[in-house]
This record gives sequence, C-alpha cells and structure tokens, in this order.
Amino acid sequence: MACHCNEFSRAHLLRSAAAEAGQGLPRIEPGMPLPAGTGLSRRSFMMRAGLGMLSVYGASRLGLRDLQEGIARAQGTQQPVLLTVFMDGGTDSLSLLAPTEDARYRQLRPSLRLTTEETLAFRDDPALRWHPRAAKLDDLHRADKLAVLPSVGYDDPDQSHFTSRHYWEVGELDPNERTGWMGRLIDQIGTDDNPLQGLSLDGWLSPSLATANRPVAAIDGSTYDLWAPGVWGEVEDLMFDAVQTVGRTGAAGADSGRQAAGRIAEQSITLRSQLEPFGGEVTPPVPYPDAGHWFPRNLAALAAMLQAGLPIRCVSTSAPGGYDTHDNQLDSFGDDIGLTFDSLAAFQADLEARGLADRVLTLVYSEFGRRPEQNGTGTDHGAAGAAFVMGTKVQGGMVEEFRGLGDLDEDDNLRHSTDFRAMYCSLLEQWFDVDAGALIPGASGFDRYSLVA
Amino acid sequence: MAEIPRYRGPFRERQAERLLWRAGFGPKPGEAKRLARKGLNRAVASLLDPPKARLRGPAPVDGDGLPIAPYDLWGHDALWWLDKMVRSNQPLVERMALNWHDWFATGDVGSQRHLIGQAQLFRRRALGPFSNLLYDVTHDKAMLVWLSGIDNNRWSPNENYGRELMELFTLGASDESGYPYSEDDVREQARALTGWRADWVDDVGLVNFRFDPGYHDGGNKTVFGKTGRWDWRDSCRLCLQHPAHAGYLVDKLWGYFVGAPAPGPTRAKLIGLYKRKRYAVRPLLAAILKHPLFYEGPAMVKPPMVFIAGMLRARGRGVDTDSWTWVSDLAGQRPFSPPNVAGWDEERWLDTSSYRGRWIAASYITREDEASDESYDSDETPVQAVDRALRYWGGPTITSGTRTDLVNFGRDVEGSIVADWQETSYRALRQNALRLMLATSPDMQTC
Repeated sequence: MACHCNEFSRAHLLRSAAAEAGQGLPRIEPGMPLPAGTGLSRRSFMMRAGLGMLSVYGASRLGLRDLQEGIARAQGTQQPVLLTVFMDGGTDSLSLLAPTEDARYRQLRPSLRLTTEETLAFRDDPALRWHPRAAKLDDLHRADKLAVLPSVGYDDPDQSHFTSRHYWEVGELDPNERTGWMGRLIDQIGTDDNPLQGLSLDGWLSPSLATANRPVAAIDGSTYDLWAPGVWGEVEDLMFDAVQTVGRTGAAGADSGRQAAGRIAEQSITLRSQLEPFGGEVTPPVPYPDAGHWFPRNLAALAAMLQAGLPIRCVSTSAPGGYDTHDNQLDSFGDDIGLTFDSLAAFQADLEARGLADRVLTLVYSEFGRRPEQNGTGTDHGAAGAAFVMGTKVQGGMVEEFRGLGDLDEDDNLRHSTDFRAMYCSLLEQWFDVDAGALIPGASGFDRYSLVA
Repeated sequence: MAEIPRYRGPFRERQAERLLWRAGFGPKPGEAKRLARKGLNRAVASLLDPPKARLRGPAPVDGDGLPIAPYDLWGHDALWWLDKMVRSNQPLVERMALNWHDWFATGDVGSQRHLIGQAQLFRRRALGPFSNLLYDVTHDKAMLVWLSGIDNNRWSPNENYGRELMELFTLGASDESGYPYSEDDVREQARALTGWRADWVDDVGLVNFRFDPGYHDGGNKTVFGKTGRWDWRDSCRLCLQHPAHAGYLVDKLWGYFVGAPAPGPTRAKLIGLYKRKRYAVRPLLAAILKHPLFYEGPAMVKPPMVFIAGMLRARGRGVDTDSWTWVSDLAGQRPFSPPNVAGWDEERWLDTSSYRGRWIAASYITREDEASDESYDSDETPVQAVDRALRYWGGPTITSGTRTDLVNFGRDVEGSIVADWQETSYRALRQNALRLMLATSPDMQTC
C-alpha cells in the first residue's frame, strides 16, 4: 500500500481523537488547527429503523427522548440533501483527468503517466482524459449528471493535510474557525431536536458538520454480534438473558467499579437484542460493487434511510482508500478510485431507482491535488485538485478550465481556476436556497458557478 | 513527619489477587494463594525486587505455528509485547512498562524495530528512577521520530517534543496564567532540545540517530525564568526540578493503581518521598501498593491488555494466534497504537463497543477448550457447573450475587431439558456458556 507521510498519520490520530469530543485534545503541532467541533459534547442512543448506534453531538439542552421525538416529527420531509465524500490524503487529479498528449506531462510523470490509449475521452476538454477506473464518472458526465471542477483550490495554498483539510471543512482560510461550513448551514436551516439533519457516516463527527448550537450525529455502521463458541439454541438465549442479569446485579451492587462494568454489560446485551432484527443489512434495488465493503454498504444504507423519510439534510463520509500517495502510487490508486466511483455511481442509480434522485446532490473532494512532478514512485503534496458534483439536478459539464502544466505556481504546483468557497456559495444558494453571505466569509467576493440545473 | 498510611487488614487470597491484577497481569493458577502466604510486606517486596527475568511457557507463534516476526510483520510487535506480559516472572516490571507506554504514548513511527526498542527501554527502566527514564526517552529513536526530535534543529526549531515534555510527560497542561509553563518556555525548550538527527536510507528507513552539535542551538535560552546555554539534558533537568513536577508524577502514577485520587495528606507525603529519594519510583510504588485505599477502595476496570494477558496466564496458554492484534484493538488497547500522544483514557476502558471486543477476546480463549456435547457429565449439578467454570479460570473470587445468578442460569438450562440427548448436550453448552459469562462478568472485568 502507499506510504503515508508522518504528518498524515498523526493528523489522523488527532482526528479520531476528535470523536472523543469534550475530552480535551492535546495540541500536536503549533499552528495546527484543531478539527472543527472539537469539544462538543457527545451522547449516544439507539435508533430504530436500522440506524444502530447514533452518537449525537452538541445537543446539551435536550434529552435523548426529545431528540427521538424530534426525529419522528420531522420524518417524511422532502427537502434537498447534500452528500459530501472526502478523498482523504490529497488525490492526484493529474491521474484522474490526465493531459496525456502534453509533452510536459510525459516529462514530469515518466513512470506514473497514463497513455492516451488506456484512458477515456473527456467530453468537455480534448486535452484531458479520464483514468480507466473513473469510467463511471465518464458515464455520469456524458449523461449530464456530473459537473467537473478540474482545477479547484484557493490562493496561497497550504500543503499540510491537516490545515488544508480544515480550510475545506470550515469553508474559509481560518485555522481558528470551529464550525463547519455545513454546520453553519444547519445552524441556520435546522432545528433543535433533529440530530439527523447533519449525519456523519463514518463513525465520528465530521468537522464540516460541526455546528454552533444545533445537534448533529454520527452513526457507527458496524453490526453488534456476540459470538459464543459451543453455545447455541435455547441455551444461548438463556445465556444472554443471564449475562444481562449478572450485569444488573453488578450494577446494583455496592462497589462503584463493578457497578460501571455491570451497567455496560447490561447495555451491551440490550444493544445486541435491538440490533439483531436488522442485521445491519439493506437490500438495495441496484447492484453495488464489493458488497462486503463499508463504503458501498454505507451508501446503500443511506439511500434506504432517505427513502424511509429520515430527516437528513447534510451527510458526510470519507471515500475508501488512501490518497496520500507518496510511494507506490500505481499499486493503490486505480483500485481506490475504482471502488469509490463505482460505488458512487451505484448510489446514484439506487437513488434513481428509489425515485429520490432529484432530492440528492453529491460532492466529491480532496484537501489538495498532488505535485505534477513525480517523486520516486509517488507524488508529493500539491495545490489545485479536482472536485465533482453528481446528481440528476446537476448542471452537467466542466466548471472553468484546467489551468494546465505550462503555468505552475512558485512551488511547481497546479494553479486553480475555481475556488472551493465559490463552489460552496453556489451550492448553498442554488441547492439550499439560502444566502451564502451569512455562511461563507467573503461570499460576495467569490464568483458563482452554475452547478444546479 | 507522619508515615504514609498502610493497609492493616487481612492479606488473603482476595487481596493478593487484586495486587497481582493491578501490579501485574493477574495470577497464574495458585499464584494468589502462594503470594497471600507471604503477607503484605513480603508480597510487595517480591514484586519490587523480582527474581532474574525468565520467560516461562510456550514461545509465541502465529496462527500457523510459525515463530512471530516482531520487527517485520504487521501486528507482530503487539504479539511480542503480549507474550512478555503473559510469560514474565516480573509482573510489576511488565506492568510498569505498559504504564510508561501510556505515559510516553508513541504510535506508528514507520519502524516496529524502533517501537520495540522503546518498549525495551520501558522494561529496562520500569521501576525508575524517573529521571533516567526521562533522559533515555528524550533521545529514544521512536520518540525522536514520533515527536519530531529529528526535525528540530537550530535553523527551524520544532516545538513538538518540548511541548509534550512539559504538558504530558512531566508537568501537566498549562493554564491561562501560564502555569506551569508559558508559550515562551515551549519555544525556548524547543531550542534547547535541538541537535538530534538521523539519516534516511531508501528501503531501510531512518538510521544513524545521533546528536550533532552542529545542529544544536548553542545560544542562551530562558526556561522557567532560568537562563543558560541549555541543551537536551538541561531541558529534562529543568522539568524535573520544576515545582509542579512531583505532584504531576505522583497523581499520574497513583492513578494507575488506585481508582480514586490520593487524599491530600497521602499525596503530600508521596510528593515529599519522591523529592527526597531523587526521582526514585520504587519507594512510591511500595507506598501505593501498601496503601489502605489500594485494598479497600472500589474495584478498577482492568485495562484491555491486562484482561487479555490475564486470561492467557490463567489458562497457562501462550500467544498462539495473531488474532490478538485485532482483538486487542477491538477491546480498546493495542500496544504500540495509542489513540493519541496523550495515551489511553482509562475512563473509557469499557463501553458497549469495547465490551464486544472483550467478549471476542474471551471467546478466543474458550473456543480452544469447548466442552464436547457427546461425552459431557450428564449428572453435573448447577453448583458443580459453576465451580468447574471457576476452575477453568484459575479460581477467581466472585461476588455472591454473581454466583447466585450463574447458578440460577445453570438451573434454567436444566429446566429446559426435554429430551434424553439434551441431558449431556445442554450441560456441555452450559459449561461453555458459563466460562464466557464469568470472563465477561463485572467480577472478572474489574479488580
């Protein structure tokens, strides 16, 4: 697999610790921004309807029962939904859309370059060609269901994973901003009793969903089975009942340490029995690739939840794979984008089959692109990269131009033709019908792109 | 000055069990009884001054019976350490090594060899003095990589280690008044710590770790108000001599062994002892392991690795599958993989997710010894069944409440028997269930 740079794995650690919100995070590097939402309180409860464990963030004023009732009340809404998919590590846009006939490309990428023969024509720019494993994006693009931003970024690009990702998450170039760009949207359009309005699919709070005062949630998609070797049938049923009884006895005992252990045993057995009927499985109306993988499984579950009318507005997930391809880029890149895009295309087909497609837009992005000049068997952190917006309501096409290899910046990185904040402003105004000026600092100074048809 | 309070109650098998669980990885069968015979003082002394290190029991192998490859195969570093916990005859040394791993929590540095080197350092310096440990950790290879020591040079000082040296390793977090250290101290400490470097060799990694005076900032630095041409040794020494250090160390060390904070007078005496003995850890450990609160206070949740190693010890089983790497991860504590630089949060040892990890860990033990449903004793009573399951785990002490619940379960199983074949079969199933139920009970999850 591709080797991750040290900062990347450390940033990762810190981020997974952000899930333990409220526990006080150690600062790791001076100047490194803390993930937005760090410090929000978290509580967990069980959701019926296949959701499993739901961790709710930042809803201190309401009890869990209020939240459950709030979700029930808001059920069945037909409001627009935005799914954001983050390709973690800095995706090499020059391998997604490759200028295969450019002599400079061949020179900068002696062993990583793609050839014209193996790639697919890109409808909107003859100079660029799709990676063969991005064939599903090509299909979507040709069907006018995909807007392509070939050079998206911002001025004075930061090449730290941590910092650049933070900028994308909070929607401005401020290391100290503590709310996410979608979080601020939810603060404006959401309610106090519906944590599903901002939903992370990968287990912990996504900083882009961090709000100032409305609740948001993360689901832990894993199933909860407890396997007991050599125990089955009615003895197994009796066993789980008795494990709960033993837990209850401990919880009622005099020792505070055993009380805590007893309560957890009780809760765990309850959780098991609540999740058992769902089995964590959804039967989608269309085939997904690699059915055992969490990413397609989570997308299929999301489509099912939307059809069930759960009041979801903004969703965040990471894409499978690691895109911080400093080394051995060829080993992993094709498989990673293949699984990501094939799954997203299946999700799109699923939404269409369920009649939900006009309600859902999907944004795919990464914290930066990679440096045009390859380094060894991989590529270093770069600046401008590619982003995609998918959906039946999308204004299909290319947004601004690919800036090309002839005019690199002072760090020899790609320049951007679109600003990610301008893209956010456009989505907020055209998809959610809100004033971006209140949500994205400096909104009036950014262009608007026509993203929604 | 009055003495630090000492436990004066009976020192029986139950107390010896707690001592072995908290100052080690649990008793092997019969070990608690033998330790109890020594009495409290000699029992604690035997832990603090253990016999020459020897590993007893089968050498570690992976699932295919091949020797583990701790430096080279993913996850085998964790197996290497688990094996030490299971087979050591120096339980407190091994337990303190794990505590220091939490204290100086270091994760993936791209080299299992360097991480194991650090663990060896923790084992070597397990019982102190803390000063020597701190000096050694400061230029330990894994630490130099983990907290950017080799990226810290006179031209661009890197604050990573300097900050954590104070915040996490010696003094505690800075408050708004700047106590115990200010942001200026962080910057100056970073300068004092400059000079370590290593060379990168493709396909090998980082080699030739060394102190290079040419990379060191030899100028004056002002740390905690004291000015001098400080270097990395001074940097550590200034932390050790800082008025906040002894209290920080005592609180953190105490927390590994006793659930509730130390009472004021005890804390003050421990701080005095630590200063008087010039950063020695052994006398502190002796005082904590003999303190009344250690034996009379509430039970503590066993850390996941202690729970896992303890089950293997109770069964006399060695490391014989690489599954322990991911199982320990699920249970919430994989060695060499702390959640962040602040180490594990023992307040979170148990939740519904790590409970499942612990359940799976227990099932990985019991599945090797499944009672056969063809030849099982068809006359076994519920009480006999519970006693047999207790023997399976080396005879741990359990509360009468838990025992009653287990016996009742045993009766319920017999009550559900409707066919002859079930007389044997259900009793075997019952035994398999009881072993799991015991391992995951509040009694065996805590000590």
